[in-house]
Amino acid sequence: MLNKTLNINTSPHITKGISTDVIMQNVIWAMLPLVMFATYAFGISALLVILATTAAAVLTEHFLCKISKKDTTIKDWSAIITGILLGLTLPPAFPLWMAFLGGVIAIALGKFVFGGLGYNVFNPALVGRVFLQASFPVAITSWSPALLAGRFTSVSSATFTLPFMTPKIDAMSGATPLAAFKFDKIATDTQDLALGIISGSAGETSALIIILGGLYLIYRNMMNWRVPVSILTTVFVFSGIFYLLDKTTYPSPFFMLFSGGLMLGAVFMASDMVGSPITPKGIWIYGFAIGLLVVVIRIWGGQPEGVMYAILLGNALSPQIDKLIRPRVYGTIKKSKK
Amino acid sequence: MFNSKANTFKHGIHPPENKDDTNGIPIRQFPFAPVVIIPMVQHIGAPSKIVVREGQEVMRGQLLAEADGYMSVPIHSPETGVIRKITRVPTISGQMVDGIYLEAFPSASQEVAEGIPTSLDASPEEILKAIQNAGIVGLGGAAFPTHVKLKIPEGKHCETLLLNGIECEPFLTTDHRVMLEQADDIFTGIRYLLKATGAKETIIGIEANKQDAANHLTERIPSDLPVTVKVVPVKYPQGSEKMLITSILGKEVPSGGLPIDVNVVVVNVATTAEIGRLLPHGRGIQERVVTITGPGIKKKGNYLIPIGTPLRYVLDYVGVEDNLSEVYMGGPMMGVAVSNLDISIVKGTSGIVVFSNNEVQDEKKIYACIKCGACVDACPIFLNPSKLGILAKAEAYPVMASDYNLMDCFECGSCSYVCPSNIPLVQYFRLAKSNVRKENNRQKELANAK
Repeated sequence: MLNKTLNINTSPHITKGISTDVIMQNVIWAMLPLVMFATYAFGISALLVILATTAAAVLTEHFLCKISKKDTTIKDWSAIITGILLGLTLPPAFPLWMAFLGGVIAIALGKFVFGGLGYNVFNPALVGRVFLQASFPVAITSWSPALLAGRFTSVSSATFTLPFMTPKIDAMSGATPLAAFKFDKIATDTQDLALGIISGSAGETSALIIILGGLYLIYRNMMNWRVPVSILTTVFVFSGIFYLLDKTTYPSPFFMLFSGGLMLGAVFMASDMVGSPITPKGIWIYGFAIGLLVVVIRIWGGQPEGVMYAILLGNALSPQIDKLIRPRVYGTIKKSKK
Repeated sequence: MFNSKANTFKHGIHPPENKDDTNGIPIRQFPFAPVVIIPMVQHIGAPSKIVVREGQEVMRGQLLAEADGYMSVPIHSPETGVIRKITRVPTISGQMVDGIYLEAFPSASQEVAEGIPTSLDASPEEILKAIQNAGIVGLGGAAFPTHVKLKIPEGKHCETLLLNGIECEPFLTTDHRVMLEQADDIFTGIRYLLKATGAKETIIGIEANKQDAANHLTERIPSDLPVTVKVVPVKYPQGSEKMLITSILGKEVPSGGLPIDVNVVVVNVATTAEIGRLLPHGRGIQERVVTITGPGIKKKGNYLIPIGTPLRYVLDYVGVEDNLSEVYMGGPMMGVAVSNLDISIVKGTSGIVVFSNNEVQDEKKIYACIKCGACVDACPIFLNPSKLGILAKAEAYPVMASDYNLMDCFECGSCSYVCPSNIPLVQYFRLAKSNVRKENNRQKELANAK
C-alpha cells in the first residue's frame, strides 16, 4: 500500500493562502461600486471611457508579453486595475480614442518597460494620466456636470471623436469644485462633495463610495491603512493651518479632503503596494510627503489639482525611503546602513 | 529580573494550530519493529562510531556506537536483538550514512540494560559527561548535542535556565503530552540542569494553548526548586530560542550570539524529561515521543517510538489514507518533506505529519514580488525578506549578508508562509546562507594557505 510517489517540496508546507491574483481581484471588487456610481452620475459616456482604458490596458499587456515571448501576465488581474483606475480619473466625456491611448501608455511606459508587475516605480494608471494631461490639456479639463438628463440614452458629443481629431466640447461644461474655488473662489457644499453629485473625473467624485471600498480592502488586510490615513491626515492638518490663518484665501480642510482626486488617489492609487514603501514607518513618511505636496500644489500651483503629481513624486521617493528607513534587526545595536 | 512588559516577541505569524486531534490523547507505546534501521548521523556534529559487529547480539539500551569526540554523542540499542548488517543507510536528507540494521528477537522481554547512575551530588562536569553518555540531543527537532549547549563558556555565567515548552509548530503536541505526563521527570531533569549550569532560577515557557500543561506543572513544582511557569500568547515562531528569550525575559540575544550571551540557557522540556529519566539509571536514549498526525493519518496520536523504527512500519501501523500525498518529519513550518519511506525515526523526529491530496494545493503559481510588505511584518528578526528575495534571485549573496543581515535568518519560514506571490523566500535564504558560508570558508582557507 505504501509505494506511492510522494510529493516533495521545501518548508514551509502550509501557506496563508491569499495569493497575489486574489488580492488584485479584491481591489477590483472594491472599485466596482465606484464604476457603477460613475455610470449612474455621468451616464454611458463615463462607462465607455472606463471600458476603453481597461480594454487598452489588458490588450497592451497581453500584446507586449506575446512579442517579448513571455507567458501572458493578464491573469494576475493587475492590468485590469490599471485600466479601471485610469478610466476613473478621466472626465466622463473624454474622447474614447484618447482614453484608449492613455491605457496603452499606462501599461507600456508605466509598467512594462520597468519589467512588469512588481517592478514599476510609478503607479501605471497615473503615468497614463500624466501622458493624457500633457497631450490633451483641453479635453482632460472639460468636465460635464453630474446627473445630466439623457445621460443614459445618449453619449457626449466628444466621446466618439475620431482618432487624432480634436473633440467638440459640449456647451454644458461644468467647472470642478477645485477649479471653481481656485479661479473663482466659489466653495461647493461639503455634502455634495461627499456624495459626489458634482463635476469631476468619472470616479473621483464620490468620496463616500471610495471610502467604503477602502474600508473593505483594509478589512480584508489587502491594503495598508496607513497610506490613506497618513495622506488624508496630513492634508487635513496642513490645509487646516492655512485655513485658520486666512479663511477667505484658503479653502477649508473639509473641502480639501473631499474635493478633486484626493480621496481616490489616497485610497486606490497611493496605496498601490508596488509604489509605496515596505515598512510601516516608511509608509508614514511617504503619506506625509504626498499630503504635503497635495496641499502645496493645490494652494500655490498653477493647476487646481495636484494629487496626481504628488503621488508620482511619492512613488519616486519610496525606494529611497526604503533604503533609509530600515528597522533595527533583532539582536543588533545600530541600524546597518549603507 | 522580571520584565512585566515582555510577554511575547514582535512580528511573527498565526498559522492554524491543528493540535486538537492529538493533544488530548495520552502517549502510547509503539510496538517494536522486526527490523530497525539506525543511522549514525542523528545529531549535529561528528557521526557516532560503531562499536558492535555484524552477528553480535545486543540488549535494549546497550551501547551500539560511541561519541566521536566532544561534538558527538553515542547511540544505544533501541531493541534487544541481533546486528544483521552494518552498512550505508538512507536518511531524510537523501544522503546515505553509516548505520546498522538490527533484527529484534520476537520473544525478547525488551528489558532495558541498567548503567552506572549519576547522582545529583555529582559535579557539573560529571553531569555533562553523563548527559553526553546518555546520547541526549535537543529533542525539539534541532538535535544539537545537549552537553555542548549546557557547557558554560569561560568568562560567562548562567543566570536563568529557560525550559522550552512552547511547541509553536502547528500539529505537534509531543511537548504538550510530555509536560502533562512526565512532570516528575521534568523536575528531576531541572535539578540536574541547575547543577550543571549553575543557574539560579528556572522558568518554564508555555504557550496559552497548553494552559492545562501549565497548570499541571505549576501544581507539582517541588517546594525546594526555584521554578516558575510562564504562559505566553500563541505565536509562531516563539519556540525559537531567541524569540522565547525575548518573550519571557524581554532580552535580545545579540546578532551572531548565543543565549548564554544574555546569561540564559534554553533546553526543551522533553529533553529535560529525558535527562531526568535516564541519568538516575545510567541509561541511554532509546525511544522518543513522536506526534503522528495530519489529515492523511488514521490513528493519530502521540507514540513512544523506538529510535530506528522505519517510517514505513510506523505509517503501516497507524494507517494512512489512500490518497496520501506528502509526508513531513517535523511540523509543517520547518519540517522536511520525506521522499523515501525507508528512512527511520531518529532522535530529532518530533512529529510525522501526513497530508493527503485534499490538502495539498495544486502547484502554486509564483508571481513577482508586489512589495506588499507582508513578509516584513512577519519576520521575527526584522529583516526585509522582500529585498533579500530580490537579491537572492540575482544571486547577490555577499550583499545579502553584508548589507541585509542574511546570516541572522534562522529559517522559520514566516515570510514564505505569508507571501501572496508564493515566492519560496526561505528556500532562497537557505541557499544563500550555504553559499555565503562556503565562500567564507574558502576565504579562510586562502588566508591560511598564505
